[in-house]
Formats: sequence, structure tokens, C-alpha cells
Amino acid sequence: MSRRPYRSRKNRRLALVIGGLAFLGIAVALVLTAFQDSVVFFFSPTDLAAKEIGPDRRVRVGGLVEEGSVTRGPGDGEIRFLVTDGNTTLPIRYVGVLPDLFREGQGVVAQGRLAGGTFEADEVLAKHDENYMPPEVADALKKQGHWEPGKPMPGSGS
Amino acid sequence: MHRFANPTRFLRLANALLPWLGVAAVGLLGYGLWLGLLNSPADYQQGETVRIMYVHVPAAWVALAGYSTLALASAAFLVWKHPLADLAARAASPVGAGFTAIALVTGALWGQPMWGTWWVWDARLTSVLVLFFLYLGHMALTNAFDDPERGGKAGAVLALVGVVNLPIIKFSVDWWNTLHQPASVLRMGGSTIDPAMLTPLFVMAGGYFAVFAVALLLRIRALYAERRLRQLRLSLPDA
Repeated sequence: MSRRPYRSRKNRRLALVIGGLAFLGIAVALVLTAFQDSVVFFFSPTDLAAKEIGPDRRVRVGGLVEEGSVTRGPGDGEIRFLVTDGNTTLPIRYVGVLPDLFREGQGVVAQGRLAGGTFEADEVLAKHDENYMPPEVADALKKQGHWEPGKPMPGSGS
Repeated sequence: MHRFANPTRFLRLANALLPWLGVAAVGLLGYGLWLGLLNSPADYQQGETVRIMYVHVPAAWVALAGYSTLALASAAFLVWKHPLADLAARAASPVGAGFTAIALVTGALWGQPMWGTWWVWDARLTSVLVLFFLYLGHMALTNAFDDPERGGKAGAVLALVGVVNLPIIKFSVDWWNTLHQPASVLRMGGSTIDPAMLTPLFVMAGGYFAVFAVALLLRIRALYAERRLRQLRLSLPDA
């Protein structure tokens, strides 16, 4: 009895599994690329400016809260701040309670409508970055000017 | 691998490993919790809340590793038809689903104080929820047939189709804007977690992986016993 047909059947099944996965991967990659705009959770201020979204569409915009831009009032719980992605800056107006992690220089995601030049937010979420360290380490790094909050730490983990 | 496709040899190895893995699980989880909850610094931004990381991140890692186990076992079953691979796939899915549920729940508990929301439909959170449903689907499908061979095959195909979700989960935070922060440990340029926090994280991860291995081996052993019992019952003459 020859072992050959038995082996080749296995090889064919292996090729089928690998080939099937490759085709499936390509199909999913194409679908996800086509629906890029629906998969992203928020747009940057630059994306938003390029898209010309009308005031009737609810969107999310995300970026860093610009240092020194947060002002409160005049209304109760009303807050205004600027969100930037480095290129474009967008003024945001929000009435409500902010999450604990909301602070200047940190990332936020706001949901709402673009009315005139101002983004009227009805929800503001804080986005935290990928850096985790004790406060002393953060102070020391900032003092040495090695690192800017909101950016990945230089030479970390080495 | 084919050497351990022999159930007797595999069970002998599993029985020898189980007590050691059990001791490792208890020891690492105990030491990891002590380090993580009591003997590690608070975060400069998140304060004490950062300690949720020590239970959340390892659960997410095991959820992904569990699915890789399920997929490899499924591929081995489809290609080489090892019955033991089928048992390993059936054993992996409920355990993986459990760890995925832990990751989802601890993630929500962490998201509420930090982001200001329990849940958002961003790419990372949604793809992990899909992973949870893939596990549940695999469990349902493998048991939906009277013939375990057919159930195992159908489940294996589903498990392999779901493999596309693994890179999506891992790279969702790089490919798209998400509320979830980008990778901190497995990233280009090294980890962005302070060593004082990385140690408890890795100890906890070791504990989680040991628990996963114990649960997986116990389930394979139980499923094997069940299968043997079924065969014996079928071989009996009708009373």
C-alpha cells in the first residue's frame, strides 16, 4: 500500500485552509478600506474641515485640548476650549460634566454638530495616551525637557 | 506535534503538568495582585485607577491567545483530522469566552472613570465584542450536530474564518482613530509603561496564562473522558 494518496489529501486540505484564509483576509481588508470613514471613531479637526459636514450631521471630533484655551461660562456648566491636531484648531462649546481625565494638553473626543465655526458638543470623552508612569517620573522627564505629555516617551522600555 | 496527537501520551503529559501549572497560577496571581494593588505606584494621569490595568490587560492578552489556540487546533483538525485537536478546540472556546468577558467587563469599569463612558463603538471595543461572539458561536455550532465529527468540522471552519478578527483587534488602534489608547507594550520602539508598573503587569499575565492552561487541560481531559464514555456506550449491545 502506498502512502502517497493519503499524504496528498492532507496537503490539499492544508493548501485549502491557507488559501481560504488568504482570500478571506484580502476580502476583509478591501471591505474595511472601503468603509474607512465608518470605522474611525472620530475625525481630526483637519479631516472635518476637509469634509464640509453640514450642521444636521452628528459627528465626533478628536484631538488635544490646547494649553490655556479652556474657559468657563457664561452659562451654567458651559465650557469652551480649542481642540487641535497640530495643523487645524477647532473651537468647541460644551454644556455638561467633563470626565476626570479632561485636562489641557490631553486628548479628548467630542460628539456633536458643527454650527458655524464652532463645534457644539453634547458629549465629551477623555482619551488617555499610551504612557503609564509614576508622577515623579513624569515630573523628572518634563523637567529635563525629554518628553512632552501626549506623546510617546522617548527611549522608553530600553 | 503528531507525537502528542496520541491521547494516552497527551494525557500523561497533561496530568504531569497540571499540578505545577496550578501552583504557578495561584502563586503568580497572588504575587501579581499584591504587587499591582499594594506595591506599585499610582499613575501620573490616572491615579489609582491605573490598577485596573493589571486585571484588564492580561485578560485581553489571554482572550487573543485563546483564540489563536482555538484556530490552531481547528486547522490541525481540518487538515490532519486528529480527534484530539477537535477536543482541544472544543475545550478552548468557553475558556477563551470567559477571559474575553473579563476583558470586556474590566474595560467598562475602567472606561467609566477615565474616558467618561462604559462603552463606545470604536474599532477596538467592537472587534473584541465580535471576538466574544465568535467564541459563543463556536460553542453553539460545535454542539449543534448529533454527529460530533460534523459539529467539530463546522466549528473549525467558523473558528478559522474568525481568525481575520485577530489582526483587526491588535492593529485597530493603529489603523483607525479609536477612543482606546494605542498599544503600550507590544509596539515599535519598546514599551511606554514604567518598569515599576510593567513588572506587576507581566506577573499577572503569567498568572492568567497559567489559569488558562489549567482550564484548557482540565477541559480536554474531561471531554476525552466523555468521548470515551460515548464510544463505550455505543459499543454496548442494546439491552
